[in-house]
Amino acid sequence: MSLLEVNNLDVRFALRRGDVKALRDVSFTLDRGERLGIVGESGAGKSVAAFSLLNLIAKPGYIAGGSIRFDGQELNGMSDRALRRIRGNRISMIFQDPMMTLNPVLSIGEQMIECLKAHRRIGRREARAIALRKLEQVHIPSPEARLDQYPHELSGGMRQRVIIAIALLLDPDIIIADEPTTALDVTIQAEIMDLLLELCDKHNVGLILITHDLGVVSQVTQRMLVMYAGRVIEQGPTREIINDPQHPYTQGLMNALPQMATPGSRLNQIPGSMPSLDNLPSGCAFHPRCGFASRPDGSERAECRTRVPEFVASGNCQVACHMVAEMLDQQRIPAEETTR
Amino acid sequence: MIAFLIKRLFHALLVMFVISIIAFSIQDNLGDPIQQMVGQSVPESEREALREQLGLNDPFLVQYLRFAKNAAQLDFGYSYIFNEPTTEVVLRHLPATLELVAATTLLIVLLSVPIGVYSAIRPRALLSRFFMGVSIVGISIPVFLTAIVLIQLFAIGVTWTPFPADTGWGSWLNDLITTDGGMPAYGRGDPVHVFGTWYTNFASTEGLVYLVLPAISLASIMLPLFIRLIRAEMLEVLQSEYVKFARAKGISLRRIYFLHALKNTMLPVITVGGVQIGTLVAYTILTETVFQWPGMGLMFLNAINRSDIPLIVTYLMIVGLIFVITNTLVDLIYGLVNPTVKLTGKPA
Amino acid sequence: MFIVFVACAVLAPWLAPMNPYDLAQIDIMASELPPFWIDGSDPAYRMGTDAQGRDLLSTILYGARVSLIIGFGAVALQALLGVVFGLMAGYLGGRIDAFLMRLADIQLSFSTLMVAIVVGALVKAIFGGATFSAYAVPLLVLIIGLAEWPQYARTVRASVLAEKGKEYVDAARTMGLPSQRIMFRHILPNTLSPIFVISTVQVANAIISEAALSFLGLGMPETHPSLGSLIKSGFDYIQSGSWWITLIPGAVLVVLVLVINLLGDWLRDVLNPRLYKG
Repeated sequence: MSLLEVNNLDVRFALRRGDVKALRDVSFTLDRGERLGIVGESGAGKSVAAFSLLNLIAKPGYIAGGSIRFDGQELNGMSDRALRRIRGNRISMIFQDPMMTLNPVLSIGEQMIECLKAHRRIGRREARAIALRKLEQVHIPSPEARLDQYPHELSGGMRQRVIIAIALLLDPDIIIADEPTTALDVTIQAEIMDLLLELCDKHNVGLILITHDLGVVSQVTQRMLVMYAGRVIEQGPTREIINDPQHPYTQGLMNALPQMATPGSRLNQIPGSMPSLDNLPSGCAFHPRCGFASRPDGSERAECRTRVPEFVASGNCQVACHMVAEMLDQQRIPAEETTR
Repeated sequence: MIAFLIKRLFHALLVMFVISIIAFSIQDNLGDPIQQMVGQSVPESEREALREQLGLNDPFLVQYLRFAKNAAQLDFGYSYIFNEPTTEVVLRHLPATLELVAATTLLIVLLSVPIGVYSAIRPRALLSRFFMGVSIVGISIPVFLTAIVLIQLFAIGVTWTPFPADTGWGSWLNDLITTDGGMPAYGRGDPVHVFGTWYTNFASTEGLVYLVLPAISLASIMLPLFIRLIRAEMLEVLQSEYVKFARAKGISLRRIYFLHALKNTMLPVITVGGVQIGTLVAYTILTETVFQWPGMGLMFLNAINRSDIPLIVTYLMIVGLIFVITNTLVDLIYGLVNPTVKLTGKPA
Repeated sequence: MFIVFVACAVLAPWLAPMNPYDLAQIDIMASELPPFWIDGSDPAYRMGTDAQGRDLLSTILYGARVSLIIGFGAVALQALLGVVFGLMAGYLGGRIDAFLMRLADIQLSFSTLMVAIVVGALVKAIFGGATFSAYAVPLLVLIIGLAEWPQYARTVRASVLAEKGKEYVDAARTMGLPSQRIMFRHILPNTLSPIFVISTVQVANAIISEAALSFLGLGMPETHPSLGSLIKSGFDYIQSGSWWITLIPGAVLVVLVLVINLLGDWLRDVLNPRLYKG
């Protein structure tokens, strides 16, 4: 059994004109020490997925169904009190923008110590010592002095180091990192990412890395999910997906990377833009933008418009696409014929 | 820190300079000390001599400098009505006003913070909506009207029974609207002597009872403002990333609300509070008039009605001084609470 | 609702059953009569009478008219001062900006009411009580206008600064238009909607200020009362049980101000200009 098992997670936002389905039927697993990447455009539901694991989605949002099993406990439906013991303690988070994540009026030390004291019965001095040790681990210069400083006295990179130190304070089992380097200068992005990976490896921490950067995912993670309009459309070992994407959307994402374009020509964009969640197309949400919604012979594949695709296994990957399913069927039939 | 203080001191001096120019112009143009000193019957030649002797024919600047020098020593001349140094008159009335303002501030702080925070945490709750509704009405009611209504309800009492008393609901409604009255609403009773000119209302139950109605009236104008401000700021802070992060850290909600959120909420509230102190002092004039509270405000109004120019000038200067001091204190507190303000006056 | 108020005030001479300024109609014997639903009332005076035997309903109607005239007049003056100073500060910048805004800061830190009281006291001292009473309406407009212009100036300045950065102003300048023309023809129209919104709030403020001044005896004389001076004159009789003389005009004042405030809220929602914080 995996450390974290998410099954058919369904998240909605209760708006006045009705519920908007932000996340539908999302399932994945994470093992101890494993690194999982979640990719997708903004608005695909990556962050909602991350926040709903600890039931931290903002007010009109709520978990409408599914299960989140962590270390044998069901997190969906758990009281806020019990969840609080897991938050920051066994599963911690790293947010996108370090400039906004730390409370401007509390000292760094205060924000670290309160986290320790919320989960363990220890004295202030002891907590301070642990905080100091963690700041050393994230390679912050003169950590002793930093404890008494306030966030505005630190640069963005330093603040993200502090946030990583806070995430690691209680030696969690899982860290959920929501675009941890997007808001930083390009020059220090790699530095922070390396630090995060190094520490996760050292302490055998599972990492859920949420990003729109396919390059980072391909270098860093072992498995990945691709999300589109609130659904997972492809998942599997990172290397296989990157080398041979099956879903037309994943292919489009790969082709849109600058290194895939011929120098001097335009980048290969996916035509159109992601639909808004309250107005999803019928069937496969991607079909209006998909080049494969009609077959090579010109005939339309009506299923794409009418039926939500189910996952089919392609190699070690799971893909939700009618076209892929059809191709796999066609491959299987000749194969069966030859064996006969 | 020292640079900040010097900067503030300079600013304070500038404000006091402007106020003193205004005050001096009032005195120079409106008060004729000769008239006050010798009356109508003295011939013009003698008046002229006296004028020369008192330096009233000196150029404006010389006279202003003399005024400023005296003002620095808190010497503003004699009050016409009281026939004693104006400074003494003002200082005698000062404690009453300060106590009223202190009681009001206490009331505002004790009520606005919990109500504001509550209605931000539970914006949809019935009680929050009730507070918001009451506060918009509260803003629309002038302070002297609140005072009059309070006097009618709690000092005079309502004996009016418009509903038929023979039916159950009628007598219930009649009971609901009738009040006994009896709360004191005139003057400050018999305050306890502390020292010098300071008599306090805080030392005895009777004194406190006298404070109740005036303090509620004075608070009624500010309280809605602060409740709405705290609620709005708190709502904004609760949306912030650092509050989300604190929740992700597993911190208890109570600590998030009352430490993480409230501390950030209070920053703009402190700034507004500093500005509102001026308004509060202005409203003491109205409140003290209604309740005949023997403070500076009532004294000032009497001085206006009887054209006691030196007393008016003294009041303006001393109130100006109080504003400047409180504003500096508020800035200082703000700097101490907000770590992003290095006390040099510039945000880091 | 607001229109009803304005209509009542404008039509006061025709609506009111009696003319409170006409001494011949005043019967001192009929003073301090209660309103109609209390025993001892006189059906001729539906809202009762005040201490001088004036019909309260008529007096309130006339008083509301005075209050509204002063409210709108003062706001017009404030708007004029505020717009001119605000435009100058925002457009010209530099020393003028610093000076005007510092002045506004100092004035605001004293609170508008305080300034109004002081200015009112001075005006009264300069002109003397009798002259003051005779010209109370224009003088009150002047006092409240002078006391409350900074709020306008700040709003206008903030929106001018926002507009100034936009390209059409640069375009106008490169065309060599004189700065007055740029200010009044190009920037001012774009700052109108925030001005409009704060105007409603300011009318409410001005009415309250007028009432406060009158209540302190620095406003309308009792022979020609506004709502504020009615409340004041009635307050002297509250101890003797004649609460209606003060509380009925008080209620009218509150409803009037509340209506204007709600109108302001509604306008803000309709026009939805970015409201600039001071």
